[in-house]
Amino acid sequence: MANRLVSPIVWQRATVIETVRETPQARSLMLALPHWQRHRAGQHVEVRLTVEDGYQAQRSYSIASPPEAPYLMLTVERIAEGEVSPYLVDVVQEGDQLEVRGPIGGYFTWQASQSGPLLLVAGGSGIVPLMAMARHHALAGSTTPAHLLYSARQVDNIIYHAELEQLATEDQAFAVFYTLTRGAPPGWAGFQRRIDLDMLEDVGWPPAQHPLIYICGPTPLVEAVATMALHLGHAQGRIKTERFGPTGGS
Amino acid sequence: MDASRRLDGNAAAGLLREIFCWEMTSAAVTCGNCGATNAVGALIIYASPMGTVLRCPACEQPLVRVVRTSNDYWLDISGARCIQVTPDTAAT
Ligand SMILES: Cc1cc2nc3c(=O)[nH]c(=O)nc-3n(C[C@H](O)[C@H](O)[C@H](O)COP(=O)(O)OP(=O)(O)OC[C@H]3O[C@@H](n4cnc5c(N)ncnc54)[C@H](O)[C@@H]3O)c2cc1C
Ligand SMILES: [Zn+2]
Repeated sequence: MANRLVSPIVWQRATVIETVRETPQARSLMLALPHWQRHRAGQHVEVRLTVEDGYQAQRSYSIASPPEAPYLMLTVERIAEGEVSPYLVDVVQEGDQLEVRGPIGGYFTWQASQSGPLLLVAGGSGIVPLMAMARHHALAGSTTPAHLLYSARQVDNIIYHAELEQLATEDQAFAVFYTLTRGAPPGWAGFQRRIDLDMLEDVGWPPAQHPLIYICGPTPLVEAVATMALHLGHAQGRIKTERFGPTGGS
Repeated sequence: MDASRRLDGNAAAGLLREIFCWEMTSAAVTCGNCGATNAVGALIIYASPMGTVLRCPACEQPLVRVVRTSNDYWLDISGARCIQVTPDTAAT
């Protein structure tokens, strides 16, 4: 079997087997790869696009599917004027091929065997790798208590909304909290402001319980939340961040 | 440098994997300037077309610079005191 192990860094031709519109800005792509190694929740892949004249653009995209899934799922949010994301969100069709390499990364990953309650904090498309963790949590039958705090602009921008509701109902150890930063519909029960210290303290775990904290999304949100977590007394070594850059509205 | 463009060392995982045979974001780097030890994945990157520079999150000292040319990788680790790689055969 050893000869079937492919270096994670070799470019492969992935075939788009299905696309799912998640929000007006985001779409999921289900990919089949000729050689796929089981990944860890939190890892990403790199996608490379080549245009006619040979120019190439390469971007990182987190893996949304759990290690248990038989296919690879990415979810991409469109950045207006972006080079790569509008193509992945609006142009690519089922049957098309994409150059992909991965799974990549080992630092921002979570496995059901890890100890400590879990606090996941997502801004915008930063939900993607945390969704892989939430799905892994449910599929692995983890009893580690996990809370997800998800900041989005408006209710329509919440990616995986229905599935998150379902996970929160079916996975006894998982709860989800939303905050909307650009207005909420009538009767909205979640938060309606940017993430702040009070909110983080409300939905998080006391530092004495040594939670593992994963924060992912646009760089300004990630840095603000990481600073708050330190301020609340959480240990630096228990806080892991994944900055997406300026992208990923929250 | 535009702070919103900062990324984590994790974003260089693919590039580092082109050079090293182990997954490198879990490796520990000790800063040659302030002595802080962090995982490569926790270092700070400013994306730049000139190459990738991974900096100490405590003091911003450049610890690892990688420039890829058509034929070579140039790796400058003079800012780091030491890098501890723990092979994780299950990780990629
Ligand atoms: C480890 C990692 C994982 C990632 N995972 C995901 C993921 O799962 N899903 C996902 O959608 N993205 C993810 N990203 C972001 C992704 O890699 C790209 O940066 C993103 O898709 C934008 O690429 P682009 O080519 O469309 O835009 P670019 O052509 O790179 O950017 C176009 C211009 O828009 C600017 N810009 C970017 N975002 C904004 C914004 N929000 N507002 C205003 N200007 C902006 C840029 O600075 C640039 O000047 C991840 C990034 C990293 C580092
Ligand atoms: Zn330092």
